[in-house]
Amino acid sequence: MAHAYTPGLRVTPQTLLQRQRQLPLKGEVVVSQGDSVTRDQVVAHTHLPGNVTTLNLVNILSCTPEELPNYMLKREGDPVEADEPIAETRPFIKWFKTTVKAPISGTLESISKITGQVIFRAPPRPVQVQAYIDGNVIETLPEEGVIVETTGAFVQGIFGIGGEIWGPLHVISQEPEQILTPDQIDDSCANKIVVGGNLLTLDAIDKAREIGAVGIIGGGIRDSDLRDLLGYDLGVAITGTENIGLTVIVTEGFGPIAMARKTFDILSENNGKEASISGATQIRAGVLRPEIIIPESSIHEQAEESDHPGLIEGALLRVIRAPHFGQVGKVTALPPELQTVESETHVRVLEVEFDNGNRAIVPRANVELIEE
Amino acid sequence: MDNLNVIIATDCGSTTTKAILIEKKDDIYRQTYRGEAPTTVEAPYEDVTRGVLNAIQEVEELSGRQILDGETIITPAEDHRGVDIYISTSSAGGGLQMMVGGVIQAMTGESAQRCALGAGAIVMDILASNDGRQPHEKIERIRQLRPDMVLLSGGTDGGTISHVVELAEFISAADPKPRFGSGYQLPVIFAGNKDAAQEIERTLGDKTALTVTENIRPTLEAENLGPARHVIHDLFLEHVMAQAPGYRKLISWTGAPIMPTPGAVGLMMQTVSKRQNINVVGVDIGGATTDVFSVFEDIFNRTVSANLGMSYSVSNVLAEAGLADVMRWVPFKIDEADLRDRIKNKMIRPTTIPQMLEELQIEQAIAREALRLAFVQHRALAVGLKGVQAERTLSDVFDQSEGGESLIKMRDLDLLVGSGGVLSHAPRRMQTAAMLIDAFQPEGITRLAVDSIFMMPHLGVLSSVNEIAATQVFERDCLIYLGTCIAPIAQGKIGAPCAQYEIGLPDGAQSGTLNIGDLMHFPLEAGQEAHLTLQPERNTDAGVGPGRELNTTVKGGTAGLILDGRGRPIVFAENQSERADQISRWSETLDLYPR
Repeated sequence: MAHAYTPGLRVTPQTLLQRQRQLPLKGEVVVSQGDSVTRDQVVAHTHLPGNVTTLNLVNILSCTPEELPNYMLKREGDPVEADEPIAETRPFIKWFKTTVKAPISGTLESISKITGQVIFRAPPRPVQVQAYIDGNVIETLPEEGVIVETTGAFVQGIFGIGGEIWGPLHVISQEPEQILTPDQIDDSCANKIVVGGNLLTLDAIDKAREIGAVGIIGGGIRDSDLRDLLGYDLGVAITGTENIGLTVIVTEGFGPIAMARKTFDILSENNGKEASISGATQIRAGVLRPEIIIPESSIHEQAEESDHPGLIEGALLRVIRAPHFGQVGKVTALPPELQTVESETHVRVLEVEFDNGNRAIVPRANVELIEE
Repeated sequence: MDNLNVIIATDCGSTTTKAILIEKKDDIYRQTYRGEAPTTVEAPYEDVTRGVLNAIQEVEELSGRQILDGETIITPAEDHRGVDIYISTSSAGGGLQMMVGGVIQAMTGESAQRCALGAGAIVMDILASNDGRQPHEKIERIRQLRPDMVLLSGGTDGGTISHVVELAEFISAADPKPRFGSGYQLPVIFAGNKDAAQEIERTLGDKTALTVTENIRPTLEAENLGPARHVIHDLFLEHVMAQAPGYRKLISWTGAPIMPTPGAVGLMMQTVSKRQNINVVGVDIGGATTDVFSVFEDIFNRTVSANLGMSYSVSNVLAEAGLADVMRWVPFKIDEADLRDRIKNKMIRPTTIPQMLEELQIEQAIAREALRLAFVQHRALAVGLKGVQAERTLSDVFDQSEGGESLIKMRDLDLLVGSGGVLSHAPRRMQTAAMLIDAFQPEGITRLAVDSIFMMPHLGVLSSVNEIAATQVFERDCLIYLGTCIAPIAQGKIGAPCAQYEIGLPDGAQSGTLNIGDLMHFPLEAGQEAHLTLQPERNTDAGVGPGRELNTTVKGGTAGLILDGRGRPIVFAENQSERADQISRWSETLDLYPR
C-alpha cells in the first residue's frame, strides 16, 4: 500500500464540528436552519410503530382459519381497547359461547385466513432526538433531522461505554499520571463529568456512579474491571447502548496508562465548562470513537481545519503496542526500506524519540498520530 | 469468453481493494502484477470506484500497461494497452447480511441457512416456527436487525402451508426496512412449499420486493439450493450493491456480474475440487470473521463465524475458547489480567502487528483457537439432511442418530487451504503449517497450502467466465504449497511407538519410529515427491485401517513433510511445566520460532 495506516485520534483545543442528528424513521423536524439550539433541545420527533401482539384464534374458537372472519367482531384496521371483545362464537346455547378479548389496546392489524393468526399493534411510541451539542442548525434534512454545527474543543477517546450525555467537566487528577481514587470522588461530582488522569478503577467508577456523576473520563481501564462493570465479557467492540448509569470514556486503551499530556491539558483548561460526551464505539468499517465536545459559549469565527501532514519527521505520536505501549514521542526518522523486528515480521518502521530522550524502532502500524 | 488474453480483477474488501492482472503467455494464464489501495465506500469518498481506480493505477505503474483512460477501463487489449475484461467481487460495507426463515429449525431452517451462507451471506438470524420464541419476539427481532435480504423457506412441496404463511405474516408485521437506502423495499425471496406461493404473494407482495423461486427443500430427502442462490446473487447486485456508494458505476464497468467475495471463494473451491477430484477444506481468517469452506464428495458447504477473528473479534475468541485453551499453545505463563488488556488493546487498535516474539506467539495461539472454533461450527452445519427417513435394521435399534451426520471426514481430506493475514503473513511458512495442523488436526495424509495474497475471490469470479484461466492461475500462482501432514490416528501412552516409517527423500531414504506425542520434520521442497511407507502399530490407523501398512507418494512444499504422532485430538501433558516442555519440543522440531 502506498501509505502506512496510522489511525489518528483527534485532540484539538478548537475546531469546527458538525453532528448529524437523525431520526430512526421519518418524522417531523421542529427547528429551522439558522436556529441556535442547546444540547437538551428537541430538534426532531417521530413515532415508532408500536409493539405487536399475536393471538391464534382458531384454537380458542375451535374453528378453521377460513371460518374465522365469520366470528370476528372487529375488522382489520379497527381500533381496539384491551379486554374489549373482538370475536365470539354463536352457539345455540348461550352458555357455550366463547368470547375472545383484545389482549392490548391499539389496532387490529391483520386477520389471517390461512393461519388463524390475529395481529394487534400497540399505539405508536414517541421518539425524540435532541441537539446533543450547543450550536447552530446549519442544515435541515426534511422529515429526518438536522445538522448542528459548533466550534469548541474536541477530544476523541479510544474506547467508551454508555450513550450521549452532558454536564460540566470536573477535573480531579492534577497530572495525567495520577490514578483517580474513590476517596477523591465526593458529592461535588454529582451531575458532572469526572476526569482522572490515568487508570479508571472499578472502585472509582462505582463511586462516581453512586454519587450521581453522569460521566467519567480517564486514560485507561482494566479489561477485568470492564467485565465486572458490564456484567459480561465484551466480545466485539460495538458499544453505546449500555445502561450502567453513567458514560465511561478512556482516551488511551486498556490497562494502567497515563492520558496523553495534550488531551489532559485540554480537559484541564476547560475544567468547569459544559461538555457533551458519547461513549459509543464501533471498531469496524465506519469507525466510531467516543468523543468529548466542549462548545465555546460564544461562537468564534470558523476555525480553519488544516490538512494533517501525516507521518513526517517531528510528528507527535503514541505507540499502541508492546513493548513501548502507551509511550508518547516524536518521529526522528522514517527509513523507507522494510526491516525485520524481533518477531521476524518484515515491516515498515520508524524511529521515535520518547519524552525521556530514549529512542526506539517501532513498526509504523503500531503508532498512532496525535493530531495537533 | 475464450478469447481473453488480459484480465484485470478486483476484490473490494471492507478495508482494502485488491487488483490483480492476469495475462495469457505461451497459452498459459498467469497472474503477473497486483496492486492495492484503501477501499473508498465510507466517508469522505463514498464511492467504491475511487479505490478501484487507485488499485488499478498501482497495477499500471508496476506493469507498464495502460489500463485506464481517465476513469475508463480500456477494452479490449491491444499490445501494451487495455484489458479484455474487468471483473470484481465485493464484501465492502459489511458484506451481504441476511435473515433466513424455515418451518422446522433443523430442517428447512438449516437448508435456508446453508443456502444463504453458500451464496456468500452472513446469516444474522434463523427464524423458525419451532425456535422457541414468542411471535412478538420474532417480529421485534426482524425489525431490529435490518437485514439486506430475507430468504424464506419452509414446507416441502405439498406439505404445510399455514406455518410458512405464519412466518410471512411475522415479516409483514415487522415491516422491516433494509440497511441501505430508505426509499426502496426490502428484498424477500420465497423458496418454500410451492403451494404456499400465492398466499405468500398476498401477504408480502405489497410490503416487500418479493421474488418467488424453486423450493430449496422440495422433499425431505432432497435439497435444491442452486436456484435460490442464483436469486440471492441477482438481488445482491440489483438491490444491495446498487444502493452502496459508487456501485452503480462499478456494475457498469464489469464484464461479469459482481459476486459477494465469499461466494466467489466458494465457487473457486468447488471448481478445484471438481477438476482435481479431491476433497478440500479452505479457511479465510480475517479481522472480524472466519469463513470455512468445504467440498466433500461434491457437496459444497460454507460457514461464516461472524465473531471469530484476529482483530475486531479477537476478544471474543478469548471469551469463547477460554484462557486455558488459548494458553495451552504457548510455552510460557502470562498474567491473565495483563493478557486480557493486551487482547482488548488489539481489538480497539486492530491494525497493529506483533513486534515482540512473545506477542506473535500469543497471536498465533489465538489464531489456532479461532480456527478450531470456526471449524467446529462448520462441522455442525456441514451435515447430511436431517429428518430423512432411513431404513433401519435390527442393529440400528440402539443407534439414536436422526440423520445429519457430519460430511467432514478428516481422513478423506486431500487438501487444506488457509488464507487471511495471520496465515498468509506469518514470518515463517512453517508457522502457517503448524497453525493449520493444530487447529484442524487432519488425519492420514493431507496436503497443506496457503493462498498467499488472497487471490481466490478474483479467481472465483473469473471461473464464472473462463474456468481454464481460473484453474491455471490457481494452480500456478495462487497457492503456495506448504507440504504434507502425515498423521496416523493413534492411541496410547506418550512415548510409546506409533508407527514405523520409511521415506524415500531425494537425498536418500530415511527410516525410523514415530512415537506417540512426537512431531517429526523432513524437508522436501515444492515440486518434489517422496515415497512413504508407514507401518502403524496394531491399534493405530494410518488412514487405511488399524495396523495396515500405508504405501503412497507424498508431495513437498515450503514446510516439507510433517509426521504428526500427537494423537487425535492432540494429547497435552496435564502438568503445566511438562506441557510447556512439550510445546517447546514441538516448536524446536519444526523450527517455528527464532531461538
